[in-house]
Amino acid sequence: MNEIGLTHILFLSAILFFIGVYGFLTRRNMVTMLMSIELILNSVNINFVAFNKYLHAGKLDGTFFTIFIITIAAAEAAVAIAIIIHLYRSSKSIDVNDADLMKF
Amino acid sequence: MNVELIQCSINKQYKMSASIVIFYILAAIILGGGILAVTAKKIFRSAIYLLFSLMGIAGLYFYLNYEFIAAVQIVVYIGGIVVLIIFSIFLTQASGKDMEKPKLMSVIVSAVAAVFACAIVISLINNYSFVATTNTAIEPTVKNIGRQMLSTTEHGFILPFEVVSMLLLAALIGSIVIALKPKTEA
Repeated sequence: MNEIGLTHILFLSAILFFIGVYGFLTRRNMVTMLMSIELILNSVNINFVAFNKYLHAGKLDGTFFTIFIITIAAAEAAVAIAIIIHLYRSSKSIDVNDADLMKF
Repeated sequence: MNVELIQCSINKQYKMSASIVIFYILAAIILGGGILAVTAKKIFRSAIYLLFSLMGIAGLYFYLNYEFIAAVQIVVYIGGIVVLIIFSIFLTQASGKDMEKPKLMSVIVSAVAAVFACAIVISLINNYSFVATTNTAIEPTVKNIGRQMLSTTEHGFILPFEVVSMLLLAALIGSIVIALKPKTEA
């Protein structure tokens, strides 16, 4: 335990992932659920960078995966927030329990 | 000579412990920010704690010598996504009011599930012995990243690059179309 290695960073990202999972399960507000998803995606990015650095230093694949995940997360956040704003206009609430427009 | 050697080893130890301290400070910022972001009562504070957590993650990338990823993290997440989230809070919420509390049962069940799953993952990581590659390391500099990303040879990433650019265009148009105000019939 006298040097920071791969396992330390994996522990950090595992804990961050499950903090995100906890937030996703307990929050009932769409914007805060989106924040929890961002935490989960970030923990995945930490994993990719750590594996690239400590196990596969001869390649850059982890770096590219991280860059593409960040791009896709940005696109996802933009679309999700557009949907949330539209939903707020139609039902005046962003609580997931009030979103029953597509209920049959 | 002996004195020099001792001095050198002391220096090395000092450096190593400084690196460990920095790692634990970054971990505390990331995890503390994350926990406060998912438990804060006011939605705006939750967004600000998320910002701290993301900043800590950018610091972790700097710590691992991935400067380009750290810069992308700051520009896209902190400068883009968090600002977008704060705007959406202002557009949809009374940000000064407390949020509705989650049910106690749901809090207990989620916390137990998260803690147990986390314990399983941590014990798995603890018992697994990772094997590192012996290939010579490639520095993750902007030059190397750029060359490989835009290369059309076997290990290039030009195809995913183009596909992701299309995805971004689709997301741009899609979010404009979704968020447009519907025309009121006059």
